Amino acid sequence: MNTLFDKIWDKHVVQVVEDGPTQLYIDRLYCHEVTSPQAFDGLRARGLKCFRPENIYCMPDHNTPTHDQDKPIEDPVSKKQVDTLARNAAEFGLTYYGMMSKDNGIIHVVGPEKGLSLPGMTIVCGDSHTSTHGAMGAVAFGIGTSEVEMVMASQCILQQKPKSMRININGKLGKGVTAKDVALYLMAKLTTSGATGYFVEYAGDVVTALSMEGRLTLCNLSIEMGARGGFIAPDETTFEYLKGCEFAPKGEAWDKAVAYWKTLKSDKDAVFDKELSFDAADIEPRITYGTNPGMGIGITSPIPSNGRGEEKALAYMGFKPGQKLLGTKVDYVFLGACTNGRIEDFRAFASIVKGRQKAEHVIAWLVPGSWAVDCQIREEGLDKVLEAAGFEIRQPGCSACLAMNDDKIPAGKLSISTSNRNFEGRQGPGARTILASPLVAAAAAVTGVITDPRTLL
Amino acid sequence: MKQKFNVITSTCVPLPLENVDTDQIIPARFLKATTREESFFGDNLFRDWRYNADGTPNPDFVLNDSTYSGCILVAGKNFGSGSSREHAAWAIAGYGFRVVISSFFADIHKNNELNNFVLPVVVSEDFLAELFTCIKADPKMTVEVDLPNQTVKNLMTGRSEHFDINGYKKHCLMNGLDDIDYLVQNQKKTEEWEQLNK
Repeated sequence: MNTLFDKIWDKHVVQVVEDGPTQLYIDRLYCHEVTSPQAFDGLRARGLKCFRPENIYCMPDHNTPTHDQDKPIEDPVSKKQVDTLARNAAEFGLTYYGMMSKDNGIIHVVGPEKGLSLPGMTIVCGDSHTSTHGAMGAVAFGIGTSEVEMVMASQCILQQKPKSMRININGKLGKGVTAKDVALYLMAKLTTSGATGYFVEYAGDVVTALSMEGRLTLCNLSIEMGARGGFIAPDETTFEYLKGCEFAPKGEAWDKAVAYWKTLKSDKDAVFDKELSFDAADIEPRITYGTNPGMGIGITSPIPSNGRGEEKALAYMGFKPGQKLLGTKVDYVFLGACTNGRIEDFRAFASIVKGRQKAEHVIAWLVPGSWAVDCQIREEGLDKVLEAAGFEIRQPGCSACLAMNDDKIPAGKLSISTSNRNFEGRQGPGARTILASPLVAAAAAVTGVITDPRTLL
Repeated sequence: MKQKFNVITSTCVPLPLENVDTDQIIPARFLKATTREESFFGDNLFRDWRYNADGTPNPDFVLNDSTYSGCILVAGKNFGSGSSREHAAWAIAGYGFRVVISSFFADIHKNNELNNFVLPVVVSEDFLAELFTCIKADPKMTVEVDLPNQTVKNLMTGRSEHFDINGYKKHCLMNGLDDIDYLVQNQKKTEEWEQLNK
């Protein structure tokens, strides 16, 4: 009568500290350049080494420019941060995928696609979107820099065991409705704190039918409901995705692994601390209208007039209660991020823009999540489709999701973004962000205004 | 850093907004630092609310209002949501706050505060609402946060509440110890786990 979360968590318990947290063993630590330098400094100050360096993978992604990556980074502060990660990885004997290496990309895109994130694992990174890796059937969560240092020093972390929640999404998604819309729908239903304190298992017909890319998008956004992590029990879709991946087990080890992975599911009579069910028929393509990801609506719906204290957010966005956003002029379109920077997202975007032209006034940034995604875009000829429609593919990285590189949306401009956060100033000081799926982003890119993608499919 | 914690009595700085995310506590462009200089992060705490685009202080923001001071920040519910950036906790500590009182904290940020010897104190919605009213009525009113007894007391009204913290973390805060000390001391147990499970 255990949940899958219990099974994975309990297996990794080294000990429970008296009147305190659990000492949990961590199988995989990912490091990027922003949240790791102070952890390495901490190790040096204490005279410590990494306890299990072979379990740690490092790559820069937040600061990387999305053009001219073969040249030195122009911003000296960004360059220093990236160089610091390279130096630290070398000093502590860790695997490092540098810029322009074919292995580089956004950590949460690279980990799954290389088979570094596997079912049953515990995975952490100094990044809240580590929840993404839960799509592989792993317990994956974001941590702070002190905790990164903990894991480097001991391969363990001290954590209180979260409560468990299962979210069932039943039925079948309608035309033009994607995993991103499901996640945006859940955030609006639960609010940005509705799942705080919980680990979420996603289940139901819709989740089973999702591709791996869709599952990664859904789990990625768990943190935006406050959940520390979200995951999906591994199944044939998972095994198919992993088979042949660089770090996935091979030969006999593969068969043995799959046999174990097949046991990774919640027992039929498992009891969750909270269980919620939703109907796919209620979900339409979605957009946000405010300054947190929970402030979202169906694309055809008006902004609610609910007196929920959203005045500050609406003033920032320049919107009014009751206003419909269809037809609103868009300045920027961003396709990418750990949320929607995978091959399926580029296929979706291309399916709308094929045979159409980018609206002249729209500035569009199309940023693959990794070099592997970039490579597949070209193999499938999507680059030709996108270029013919007036789009250019940039080089991989986190880019305009949090604008730590040069990809900043100017103050006051309205951006339709496939990323994960619409907080004030997230895409640049004063930038106004609407979160949406790649289909909605593509529809805006070719029409120049917020458009229901179902009218273009 | 590692400032031992016991009983703190202080005036408060009120921030009666809900869902304050860590991008507001410290915007991403200040995350490029490669060291842990808390004064740098503290100077940029709530940067885009605290300063206008031209760099001048925004007189309407509470940190620029000399009426309010003290080492206790009182914030609306769901404080610290969003990004896991520990820089947010460094900024709060660097500014000089030692306690944050709210009715609800986001998980990752709450841990980050604890790991930086900033105490997150969860109070009831009611207690929080009363506290905001009291601070507004008298910015010089004080609050006592008693970690050994796990109580928070509004000294204007005398109302007191118990707050939760596990015994281990309380011991760490009161004695200036952190989790890394503990985990390194327990490496043998980790090796035993590896032998059984790998």
